[in-house]
Amino acid sequence: MRGHLLRSGLTRGVIELRQTLTNGTDLFGYVLTPVLLIGLLFLIRDKTVPGSEISLGAYSLVSSLAMLLVLGALTSTAQYLTMDREDGTLLRAKATPNGMVGYLIGKIVLIVGATAVSCVAALVPGWFVVDGLRLDVTGALTLLWLAPLALLAIMPTGAMLGAFFNNARTAAVLMLPVTGLTAISGIFYPLAMLPGWLQGVAQAFPMYWLGLGLRSSFLPDSLAAAEVSGSWRLLEAAGVLILWSVVGLALAPGVLRRMASRESGSAVAARRERAMSRAV
Amino acid sequence: MMETVTTGDFGAGRGVSITEPVMEVRDLRMSYGSRAVLTGVDFTARRGEVLVLLGPNGAGKSTTIEILEGFRRRSGGTVRVLGEDPERGTEAWRARLGVVLQSWRDHGKWRVRELLGHLGGYYTAYSTPVRTRPWQVDDLLEVVGLTGSADIRIGKLSGGQRRRLDVAIGIVGRPDLLFLDEPTVGFDPEARREFHDLVHRLTDVDDTTVLLTTHDLDEAEKLADRILILAGGRIIADGSADALSLRVAGEAEVRWNHSGQRFVHTDTDATSFVRKLFEQHGEEITDLEVRRSSLEETYMRLVRDAEGEA
Repeated sequence: MRGHLLRSGLTRGVIELRQTLTNGTDLFGYVLTPVLLIGLLFLIRDKTVPGSEISLGAYSLVSSLAMLLVLGALTSTAQYLTMDREDGTLLRAKATPNGMVGYLIGKIVLIVGATAVSCVAALVPGWFVVDGLRLDVTGALTLLWLAPLALLAIMPTGAMLGAFFNNARTAAVLMLPVTGLTAISGIFYPLAMLPGWLQGVAQAFPMYWLGLGLRSSFLPDSLAAAEVSGSWRLLEAAGVLILWSVVGLALAPGVLRRMASRESGSAVAARRERAMSRAV
Repeated sequence: MMETVTTGDFGAGRGVSITEPVMEVRDLRMSYGSRAVLTGVDFTARRGEVLVLLGPNGAGKSTTIEILEGFRRRSGGTVRVLGEDPERGTEAWRARLGVVLQSWRDHGKWRVRELLGHLGGYYTAYSTPVRTRPWQVDDLLEVVGLTGSADIRIGKLSGGQRRRLDVAIGIVGRPDLLFLDEPTVGFDPEARREFHDLVHRLTDVDDTTVLLTTHDLDEAEKLADRILILAGGRIIADGSADALSLRVAGEAEVRWNHSGQRFVHTDTDATSFVRKLFEQHGEEITDLEVRRSSLEETYMRLVRDAEGEA
């Protein structure tokens, strides 16, 4: 039965992934950020990272994958959850035997898939615009643990945030803190250029560490000199991400269970009425 | 006015033992803060029975159904649904329930066949020799009249089609007990008739127990084995449509033609009135009609009385 349930969840994720990737509006959303990003890279293609020979474009391209991943894993997770609560998808899952497990597996597949698509959409064309990217075996191995661990660190928090918002529109305000975090996490210029206290704040969140790990995979080791302590601190990166994962996974099930237990037909109907009155 | 509970002795081999009612509700109470919505609801349902729950808006019909479905915690009382307390219902218990709520808008991007196939998959593990689960998608589409819309995106269905889909999802797991909250809102007369046939089929062929709410009293009369009227926080009437109208002091309306004129008379003892009428006028009486008070009148009367007491 376990196997059957896992298959149901995976199928669910694949179906929803296919739906979102064949939907014009959604597709536009996935491609827009990468396109803007490539445009930006093109403009800064002659600049170099201060104090090094490495092109700033290469630096920014790699680091901004961290931003895309956080956007996907945090903002999309929260928004999907709010949306599914609003239209009754979650209640449907609740009314189906083992439906919640299937729903969660499906959502993970969908979010991981969509995030991967938007990262590839940025990386592949970007590779041709900027100079100095490389990927060796060590780098590839780093990616293999880094990307899943980062998703694990961020998605539970995204799900918990999704439980707090009452409708999908207010959940969109999550863009603000993510944008703020991007500005201080060394995505478009090295963290070392920021004041010390801001560096401290940035290092409390996964985005900086994810960016750091990505740079260690794709950029020459000489660039490590531009990082905060002059080296790739991969152990620390893993430590911070594991800490976020542990805390997130410890808290999220309780929060989600509480949220799900409040779902009922009249809760969905009330939300629908509020949504209708907004539309008028 | 409670009927004695006798459980049918057919359909052996089901999960619920023969003697056990499908639903048993005793002194169910529910308050939101200081506002008491249900103040002691009692009723029982037997296997294969269609119960129609009537009541004014805000009487607590949806609250009652949500408690039975296990979607809402009650404030007090005893509730047994298919032998389990809904608050502690397992997934196996859940697999034996079907739920059709008032307003679903979910899965708008999915196609009809795709969603029914997917949701049906969750029931495979709970299939039994007596009740194969889930319902085959093509058969199910046929039964609810959606064969032609099988490959349409759900978001594009009309209101009536969407409702048929909701009913299809509600029965995809071939439930022992089906909850229908205002299932025919937005149905045209033909769709309504088809839906009524479907409910009869479910109870006759599959021995499914159905609890349904509606504001359509004709529908209630057509479908119900038993009608429950919920008002003032409790069940004020419980019985067949016939039994209920008898309860309302049996006033009946008599209409007849006499020498080209139409007459109308209301009487508590219509039979003796008609007898006298014939004794007096014999064959001059034509087009005689005797109508006991309709379910609508009965309903209005009972609800008004209950609200007067409260």
